[in-house]
Amino acid sequence: MNSLVQTPKTSARAAESTPHSLHPKVVAKDVNVYYGDKHALHDVTIDIPEKAVMAFIGPSGCGKSTFLRCINRMNDTISIARVTGDILIDDQHIYDPKLDVVQLRARVGMVFQKPNPFPKSIFENVAYGPRIHGLARSKTDLEEIVTASLQRAGLWNEVKDRLNEAGTGLSGGQQQRLCIARAIAVSPEVILMDEPCSALDPIATARVEELIDELRQNFTIIIVTHSMQQAARVSQNTAFFHLGILVETGPTDQIFTTPRDKRTQDYITGRFG
Amino acid sequence: MTSFYLVALAVLTVAAFLAARGRAGALGASGRLHSLPTYHGLLAASAVVLPMMLVLAVYGATAPSFVQSQAIAALPGDPLGDDALARATRMREIANAVANPAGATPETLAAAERYRAAQAMADWALLIVGIGLGGLGAAWMVRKVGPHFRARNGFERVVIGVLIACALVAILTTVGIVFSVLFETLRFFTKYSWLDFLTGLQWSPQTAIREDQVGQSGAFGAVPLFVGTTLIMLIAMLIAAPVGLFSAIYMAEYASPRLRGIAKPVLEILAGVPTVVFGFFAALTVAPAIRSLGLTLGLDVASESALAAGVVMGIMIIPFVSSLSDDVINAVPQSLRDGSYGMGATKSETIKKVVLPAALPGIVSAMMLAVSRAVGETMIVVMAAGLTANLTFNPLEAVTTVTVQIKTLLVGDQEFDSAKTLSAFALGFVLFFFTLILNVVALRIVKRYREQYD
Repeated sequence: MNSLVQTPKTSARAAESTPHSLHPKVVAKDVNVYYGDKHALHDVTIDIPEKAVMAFIGPSGCGKSTFLRCINRMNDTISIARVTGDILIDDQHIYDPKLDVVQLRARVGMVFQKPNPFPKSIFENVAYGPRIHGLARSKTDLEEIVTASLQRAGLWNEVKDRLNEAGTGLSGGQQQRLCIARAIAVSPEVILMDEPCSALDPIATARVEELIDELRQNFTIIIVTHSMQQAARVSQNTAFFHLGILVETGPTDQIFTTPRDKRTQDYITGRFG
Repeated sequence: MTSFYLVALAVLTVAAFLAARGRAGALGASGRLHSLPTYHGLLAASAVVLPMMLVLAVYGATAPSFVQSQAIAALPGDPLGDDALARATRMREIANAVANPAGATPETLAAAERYRAAQAMADWALLIVGIGLGGLGAAWMVRKVGPHFRARNGFERVVIGVLIACALVAILTTVGIVFSVLFETLRFFTKYSWLDFLTGLQWSPQTAIREDQVGQSGAFGAVPLFVGTTLIMLIAMLIAAPVGLFSAIYMAEYASPRLRGIAKPVLEILAGVPTVVFGFFAALTVAPAIRSLGLTLGLDVASESALAAGVVMGIMIIPFVSSLSDDVINAVPQSLRDGSYGMGATKSETIKKVVLPAALPGIVSAMMLAVSRAVGETMIVVMAAGLTANLTFNPLEAVTTVTVQIKTLLVGDQEFDSAKTLSAFALGFVLFFFTLILNVVALRIVKRYREQYD
């Protein structure tokens, strides 16, 4: 239990010393998650800086995806999941009962582990969000949003001649970029990525990583990854989770070169996980 | 004799299995075998079973006619030729004489003697050929047992053969039904024009049996039946499609697992209610209720109405639609729902715009199955919709359907080559053709939209 009390303090200190935290976009305080009787996440406290990439690393089952799904309240869709503690986006409590989860998810987009384009055309996939949120006033408006989103996702040149073909007919890497285009079409502030490259080959992975680096200028990105090289390549800050505990967080280069905690060091040097 | 043969078959099979397995086991102790001893045993056993069953089948197909022709040939006097009836009568006499010789004429007794001899010969042939072949098969396989003999591959080929044979049974039965209905239909069309059958507006299948009977020339215009069938099917689908689909959506997307665990079996009980029960529910409860409701509204409702039959049939097929649709909706991957929720879609937006479109092919095929079921249903319409072939689209009147007429035409004593009876086959053929088209269309739709997700 001692480590439980220690951990939040360590992480809070680490977050303060993060050089990129000009302004924390997402702030979590003492977040606990329970799946039924299972205590999946213990007292997570972390600041996530704006317009930068934050990577969550850690062995399987360490709670990093669970915490990611707290930030857009996707855990609400799991009936046995229970979340306590506070998460604030721009100083607004997202677990406030008055907050509309639909509006929250329009502000916090998500890209999943396996590309999951809808069984619709490429155009309709990207137009889905703008349509349900009523973002486009006219058909031209909608076309502009779709075009811009596909361009920003680096997919436009590959699909501009076949917008009416099924999104599921694209290759895995293209599907994942389509999902990113779909997420950015509603102009979110934060984009959550849950191991977005784990189903992709190295070339498609490189394309998506490049894209993440470009998107950093406009969005706050939080990425869960199993690949430490990927965390090192794309992120400015890294948080290491282990057994439901946020062990350590800080600038990526510091975490990878001079980790403070023994567990982080063991994980990074490949001693477990 | 056949039972003795079957006992011999069983004994030989077990013996072959044990011998081959034992020999292979003994060899296996000294060196490596290609196949496990059990496979050697199974292959030897099938080398007994297959030829012996084949011989039995040949015996069953040829022996009776051989014995009969021998017995008939023994009868003196004029050969009976092709007169099947006389032949059958004589055969019955001969068979009686075999069982009980007292009181039979000498000629019949002689024929019975010949019958008995022929039967004995056939039986001995069965025993000798069958057991001989089985024994040879067993001996051959036991002799072939060895380290390099591929008994496993051989036995797997035998299994594949058995599987193919089973598949063929189903296919050949279907083909057989199609052809028998088709030939009777063609016979009907030699008596009655197919164009009049398909386009005629008058259905009164009563034909004169005697020359001097009054009127009743028989009119086989099937349009009123097609219209009645369509009308009742439409009413049924109007009930079953929305109710079934919506209950499936509720069950799959909104209901708690506990409620689902109770409600789904209850709904499926509805599918297990015999159609006769639905029939009298329609005739005794629903039809009078509709009639009295119509009277209070000032409408003239027939006591047997298309509406009553259609409504009850709709209730009957609700579980089909809901159960199948529920399965399809559940098969839509959770990742698609997550993707939609992650975009900020509400539950109902997700269902309308993502889940249902993804499940559409399955839902369509569920509907098609329900339509086939509604078109083929007989009992409810017999009891609730009536027998009058009215050409009407008014659901408050009595109508009749194709299935009801088939049943009416074939119930009771009929001569089997009159236009009246044969018209039942023509109706059956049309019905079969229609459901076939429906199934093909459903398969096409499913194929076209399948694999849209993954």
